[in-house]
Amino acid sequence: MPDQTTASVEGDLSKAIAGQTQTRLSALFAEQATWVFLAAVICAVGLSLMTDTFATPQNLFNVTRNFAFVGLVALGMTVVIISGGIDLSVGSVVCLSAMVVAIVMNAGYGFWTAAFLALAASALTGFVNGALIAWLRMPSFVVTLGMLSVARSLAMVLSDNRMIFEFGPDEDLLFDLGGGSTFGIAHPVIALVLLGILTSFLLKWTRWGTHVFAIGANERAAVLTGVAVPWVKISVYVFSALMAGITGILEAGWLGGVTTNLGQSMELAVIAAAVIGGANLLGGAGTITGAIVGAALIEIIRNSLILLGISTFWQGAFVGSFIILAVAFDRIRALRSTNL
Amino acid sequence: MSVLQLDGVAKNFGAIEALKGVSLTIGKGEVIGLMGDNGAGKSTLVKIIAGNFRPSSGRIFLQDREVTFHGPLDARRHGVEIVYQDLALCDNLTAAANVFLGRELTRGFGPIRINDYAAMNRRAAELFQELKSETRPKDLVRQMSGGQRQAVAIARTRLSNADIVLMDEPTAAISVRQVAEVLNLIRHLRDQGVAVVLISHRMPDVFSVADRVTVLRRGTVVADKPVAKTSPEEVTGLITGAIEHA
Repeated sequence: MPDQTTASVEGDLSKAIAGQTQTRLSALFAEQATWVFLAAVICAVGLSLMTDTFATPQNLFNVTRNFAFVGLVALGMTVVIISGGIDLSVGSVVCLSAMVVAIVMNAGYGFWTAAFLALAASALTGFVNGALIAWLRMPSFVVTLGMLSVARSLAMVLSDNRMIFEFGPDEDLLFDLGGGSTFGIAHPVIALVLLGILTSFLLKWTRWGTHVFAIGANERAAVLTGVAVPWVKISVYVFSALMAGITGILEAGWLGGVTTNLGQSMELAVIAAAVIGGANLLGGAGTITGAIVGAALIEIIRNSLILLGISTFWQGAFVGSFIILAVAFDRIRALRSTNL
Repeated sequence: MSVLQLDGVAKNFGAIEALKGVSLTIGKGEVIGLMGDNGAGKSTLVKIIAGNFRPSSGRIFLQDREVTFHGPLDARRHGVEIVYQDLALCDNLTAAANVFLGRELTRGFGPIRINDYAAMNRRAAELFQELKSETRPKDLVRQMSGGQRQAVAIARTRLSNADIVLMDEPTAAISVRQVAEVLNLIRHLRDQGVAVVLISHRMPDVFSVADRVTVLRRGTVVADKPVAKTSPEEVTGLITGAIEHA
């Protein structure tokens, strides 16, 4: 009976395909983002009960808008970290991008010209980072540390270290994009959601995403199987720089003025958001939801310190402890799984 | 017809002669055990067949046609696949994603393409079934046993219907039970007409799975005979040089 044999082979195959050691629920609880999300919810609920200032529409609006900037940059950072690298230049690129937008608009050009030039400048910094890392095989830590200094210095040179607060004919458009809202949701938050969905999609559903994860886990394997490793690496740093560039444009619009200390030491909060959200600094692991939830948790803690009347000087101690705690949890899990 | 034929292949690194005119013929579905001490030239020979090195002199024929490889990816296009000693797997990806790494199946319109996970999982499941391995396509490689990981690396070579598979010390770092699993995988490859070059230090593995054993010493082939006509003692003697030639 040939038909029966085919049928049973088909059955075996689909059983093999359906088979998976991890169930959905256990996968959800193995995900660091889930725990961080719970922590953020608990903080938020606690604050709502302890203060009558947290759960106000205005405060929630501010909290979401504030973490959107860190979250946006963390999207790119997460991709870089998954690929096994780090990008320390993001804060400076935010500043450079904002400064380019400000100077070009200040000179009387329209918003779109200015935005295009700002993103081009950002992409160029990312390309230089990526090219040095991929082709000259320099450590990403060193290259992007150098770019951190170069990009901010360029912003100072371009502006002669002046503050720019007049943005020419398209000023209203810029201010609305960065500082306005639609249906009560701040525009940077909408940007974060849309770009977050895009990044998640790229990571999960494209060859590029698979290759980013592969390079982070075992670069040699990626080379041997024919993955275009240098190009993927370069694209990763360009992607990160573009996210920083978009953030710079939005921050310029929100603040209504650009100074050369914009985005100073922002990279710390961004790396913290990514790592708290489960990105592994050794490469090969990380999620976009994690990065966004991580950014939210940091902002909620910052906000709570202010609302509870605790000195904001404590903020660094809290954020730093959370990074260490997040990495410690990851280590404990890794140790447990090797002991099994 | 031979799958692979080497004719007087030599390789010099400066003044050092790593290979001195090696000639070798491998037929369809034949398993060859390539043995030799460290520095005998095994890995140089494998790297030449896999396209990592160009021979200094000599010719290589695949299916009786002369070929020159420009790198390992070119060799792969010609039907030569290699299973690396460390398997070159990514722990954080599924078995199917590892099988298809660098050759992912996609679907979509024009330049907008997304990964076709259903097709990849299905094809990987078929390959594992052909290899009689109980590896599941959606499992992460991180969670797999040594034998299953070997199955993933070997399934990768089946994607392109390779004619010849080079295996570099596949049983060097795994448990006894898993060695049996890997030897079975090699037999299944052979049953599908694939020629296998098994580089190994382990005499029992070579004698249980290979049809022929080829011994290299100081860059020359000192023996090339069916396993039935030799013995582990003789091969040991040939490797060390106690027996000059056979």
